[in-house]
Amino acid sequence: MDADSLHYSLELVAGSGNILNTEHRTALQTSLLILRKNYKFNRVLFWGKIMGIKEDYFIAQGRGDDELKDKKNLYSFNCMDWFLLPPATIPMIEEVSKAATGRFMGDASHVYENTILKKVGDEDEVEEELVRISAVEHRLAVTIHLIDDESSVIPRGAFIKNPHGFVQVNRCFEGLTESQAAKLDSFLHFRDPKTLKKKSLLELSELNQTIDFLDLLTDDVPKGMWSLQFENANKVLILRCLLWLGMTFYHVPMTPQHGYIYIGDGVRNLDLSFML
Amino acid sequence: MDEHRDRSGDKMLKSSAAFKTFLMKNSQKSNMNLYDHLTRLLLKVMDEQPNDAVDIFEDLSYDVKRGLFEDTKNRLRDLPHTTLAELLAEQQRLLFTQQEDTEHEDELVESPLPNINEIGFYLEQAGVGLGREEMQRIFLALKQLVDSQPLILHCRLWGKILGTQSNYIVAEVEFKDWDNENEKSDQAAEEEQNEARESEENEMDQLPQSTYKPPPVVPKEPMGTGSNKNVYYVCKEPGLPWVKLPSVTPAQITVARQIRKFFTGRLDSPIKSYPPFPGNEANYLRAQIARISAGTHVSPQGFFHVGEEEGEEEDEAPRDSYEVNPDFDGVPVSEMVLSLSMWVHHVQHILKQGRCSWINLAVKPEEDQNEEGEAEETEEEPDEPEPEVGPPLLTPLSQDAEMFNTPPWSTKISSTLTSQHAVAVLRSNLWPGAYAYACGKKFENIYIGWGLKYTGQGYSPPLPPPPQKEYPSEPEVTEALDPTVEEEQVLEDALEEQQAAPEEMENTDEEEEEEEEQELDND
Repeated sequence: MDADSLHYSLELVAGSGNILNTEHRTALQTSLLILRKNYKFNRVLFWGKIMGIKEDYFIAQGRGDDELKDKKNLYSFNCMDWFLLPPATIPMIEEVSKAATGRFMGDASHVYENTILKKVGDEDEVEEELVRISAVEHRLAVTIHLIDDESSVIPRGAFIKNPHGFVQVNRCFEGLTESQAAKLDSFLHFRDPKTLKKKSLLELSELNQTIDFLDLLTDDVPKGMWSLQFENANKVLILRCLLWLGMTFYHVPMTPQHGYIYIGDGVRNLDLSFML
Repeated sequence: MDEHRDRSGDKMLKSSAAFKTFLMKNSQKSNMNLYDHLTRLLLKVMDEQPNDAVDIFEDLSYDVKRGLFEDTKNRLRDLPHTTLAELLAEQQRLLFTQQEDTEHEDELVESPLPNINEIGFYLEQAGVGLGREEMQRIFLALKQLVDSQPLILHCRLWGKILGTQSNYIVAEVEFKDWDNENEKSDQAAEEEQNEARESEENEMDQLPQSTYKPPPVVPKEPMGTGSNKNVYYVCKEPGLPWVKLPSVTPAQITVARQIRKFFTGRLDSPIKSYPPFPGNEANYLRAQIARISAGTHVSPQGFFHVGEEEGEEEDEAPRDSYEVNPDFDGVPVSEMVLSLSMWVHHVQHILKQGRCSWINLAVKPEEDQNEEGEAEETEEEPDEPEPEVGPPLLTPLSQDAEMFNTPPWSTKISSTLTSQHAVAVLRSNLWPGAYAYACGKKFENIYIGWGLKYTGQGYSPPLPPPPQKEYPSEPEVTEALDPTVEEEQVLEDALEEQQAAPEEMENTDEEEEEEEEQELDND
């Protein structure tokens, strides 16, 4: 959620149970402004909190000219000192998925080790120990990337693609009406579209090139992955992702206020199909 | 002469034209002119031909004038759309009404209503909560609950359970006496048995009775003890009526331990799972609440102590009662954060059986009421099962077992910068969403989450049991391979040799037999 709107939008997502301490909130307001100036971001978002066993990681995300591609993630333990995370690449994702299991520790110097016993050949039963190593920073970067990829949401019309191909905030976005907001198909994934290309020509012809360049939430599998509710005396629309428990998206209908935040333990909910 | 006539004619024409233009001049007020009005009026009289037109002439004129005003508004008007927020606001308005009959005496008597504003403040320091306005609404809703139920001893906000379609706000209530509850549950049980007996009588022919005896059902704990110590009320939004959850049975707890399901938000929705859950979502919710309470309700050590009436150390019966310790001074926050032994559980652990106090099922109880109406015959002699023992009440958290390589609790101090006035926060890693805080003499537990336990890497549902054996296998029923041709041949040769010795005389018979057997073999 945008750093400028932090002080009131945290109340709107409080229905999920996790809010920020007043101390952290004020620290964030100060430090995010400084961060924006130092790194020359266009916008700075408070992305959320990943809870570790000993300590929690506060994550901030800075956005450049292209909102979809120019993203930089930073983490901090005390909301004041921020450290830049490396961008997540495919070999990094592979490395982390093999090595890092269990919960986040909360220790910046922790190294994940996963030893796998592997049999070499059928004849000799020698077992080799393969040790996969990954650093916490890599794991954080990959987790944030995956969460953004799979569960970041925007209302339809909030971002537009300008003629140069940059994705930017739509200043004319007035907000969805209440009846539009009650339907899941008014929301889009904020990531490089994957299912959009698979749509038929007939469906594509109905879409508006400037605002419908992203995947719909209703194309997600399994179908019940998103929980749509009105909260806070039915004033705010809340979308919760059941695949990444802790991801909350909010939108106040008829206003341009929207945003998302992740407060959770950074572990994908693999049992989703059993739980629905 | 002609000129004169012409001049007077012209004059008349001119004056009539002048008069006509005068008539056609639009009035400044109404933008109408007399000429048009008179035309319309006369046309109307021509059309309608009323009697005594001259008497109603003024009315006619008035009607014509009025008919000129068209209705500019559209006949169709939009129905005002009642939004969801407006509907809820109507119901939540009742929260803010003051009861007329509250007397000042009530302020002196200790009210069972907790001070949610204070709790909300401390929870906010800990980083947990629902937002100030929502907490305020919940506060008022709890007040409504307490006012509506007269026998409440303690009332507490237990927490919030999130669901896919709507959420539950849960309140924990302890009643002063349990007679009402027992009566209702007995009545329900009796009704069930009556229905079962009636269905038995309706059967005309007795179908063959199966010899299957289901394993004995663990009886549920009586109200006021063990996992049924408190009664829980839920509501969807503060302001909507509170619904009481049914009491929990051990079977529900054992099945709830094996399944993993989201809550939908509707209390009557069925739970489709394997093993099949005995009940609907209300029962599942109650079972999870019982498990969470047993696992995560903690208090600073010394806040509660065992009742002084039980002077002897009873090793057999588990302690199930505790009292607030009046001598508790409060533990400094730094100590609470450093070591887990300063926190203790104050809710009884639920045994594997599903109850807090173990019951021996092998013993035939005398009051056993069979729902099927069959007489229980003497059971086989089982081995005496060992009584299950859980950790006693008020055990410190340092004794909690570590599961899945994660420590079960994480402690934190709410602020490192102003640690003199900070709050000690305890977070459960096994039940994500369970928090406890302590600050001086005050403490509180709360759960805000999805109602699910942390199961490590992945959940795998339990396998179905192996299929039952059909009947005991005896040699008559077991299949055996038919003997092959060679084996039969060998057998025959052996028989021939035996018969050849005594019966050498009957060669022809043997030959016939051989031929017959060859024919049979060829078949």
